Amino acid sequence: MIPASFDYHAPTSLSDAIALLQRHGDQAKVLSGGQSLLPLLKLRLGTAGHLVDIGRIPGLEYIKEEEGFLKIGGRTRESALERSDIVRTKYPILHDTALVIADPLVRNRATIGGNLAHADPANDHPATMLALGAEVTATGAKGQRTIPIGRFFTGIFSTALAPDEILTEIRIPIPPPRSGGAYVKLERKVGDFATAAAAVQVTLGSGGDIERAGIGLTAAGPTPIKASDAERFLLKKKPDAATIAEAARLAAAATSPSADRRGAVEYKRQMARVLTARALTRAIERAGGR
Amino acid sequence: MATHTIRVTINGTPYERAVESRLLLVHFLRDDLRLTGTHIGCDTTHCGACAVIVDGEPVKSCTVLAVQADGSDIRTVEGLEQDGKLHPIQEGFWQEHGLQCGYCTPGMMMTSVALLGRNPNPSEPDIRHAISGNLCRCTGYLNIVKSIQYAAAQLR
Repeated sequence: MIPASFDYHAPTSLSDAIALLQRHGDQAKVLSGGQSLLPLLKLRLGTAGHLVDIGRIPGLEYIKEEEGFLKIGGRTRESALERSDIVRTKYPILHDTALVIADPLVRNRATIGGNLAHADPANDHPATMLALGAEVTATGAKGQRTIPIGRFFTGIFSTALAPDEILTEIRIPIPPPRSGGAYVKLERKVGDFATAAAAVQVTLGSGGDIERAGIGLTAAGPTPIKASDAERFLLKKKPDAATIAEAARLAAAATSPSADRRGAVEYKRQMARVLTARALTRAIERAGGR
Repeated sequence: MATHTIRVTINGTPYERAVESRLLLVHFLRDDLRLTGTHIGCDTTHCGACAVIVDGEPVKSCTVLAVQADGSDIRTVEGLEQDGKLHPIQEGFWQEHGLQCGYCTPGMMMTSVALLGRNPNPSEPDIRHAISGNLCRCTGYLNIVKSIQYAAAQLR
């Protein structure tokens, strides 16, 4: 399959990239790893007059702890996340997530910024970032601004990014001690989108009660779902089996999945419940709770 | 129609060509350079038949633009055999019956070569993880895993 014609630009600075986005307006698309955009153009589900490839701009690939955040450059590859020691040891929820995105070959090209900015509700990073309470940095002509992840996804395949803004960084608050997280995904085979998936990040207090809980759900509605009722219910609770079951029930109640060849609505809602319970259990274990 | 001049090194040979923006790397290799050892399977980023090594990492060449590869060092299946001598991965697929129809084999071998470059002593789970983006509909993967283990032993 061959995409419809477009022009291609390979700027070597962010300011040049932003100028190109401004010049070409809604005819322009940012090309990061291209693992969602190129299939979409090949299948002609979308078109673009101009691709602005950010692949040659230096300084957009890094993973580092700084100023109370884990900072990840927007063009950081999924394979770099998968192999990062700091991600594996301190952010297991993010390691879980990187490991189940598409397949290893795709992860050599696919980027975390692209995964978020593409805003497919079946993508995996959005739920994880909701659970972690992350924020993203958007860089545009007027400089940088920070967008909390909870306000980033505005609809199916749409985000709070302006047409001339580029997602340049993801910031995850460094979790306090006694924190843990997990991402659990149900997929038909390696490389498939999730039938359902749950991301959970918890922090336990000194007495063992849940002090903070973040829950994000993948492929559970037109946008990534933040299970706020379940998060609130968990506060100040002992992390026992009855609490986990009730939180999972509340999380499933927040979903509005659509039926497709991966399953019916009722099945997907049940899977959201089961996977939330599993992710919550693993997150609590990793936080040292059991 | 927008064209760009790109320079790439493929299996050690430098090439300079004008390509259309939308030309995919796999079509550049097969149609422009007649390096038809790289196969097109699903053409939708699933099967890995088109896998080639770009700057040390295996990627699906149906999902990379030729212009994106400008300046890259690319390895394809044609570069494995040297002076009439098979690469250990080719020998492994031969000795261990790692192929039946052969369609997935070039991609499978390039993914394997990249794995062995990074991890000379992979466990069976390491191997199965590395090739999880390469589909084979004939072998059931068992002999492919053995072929890669054979090559790993030869290369050590």
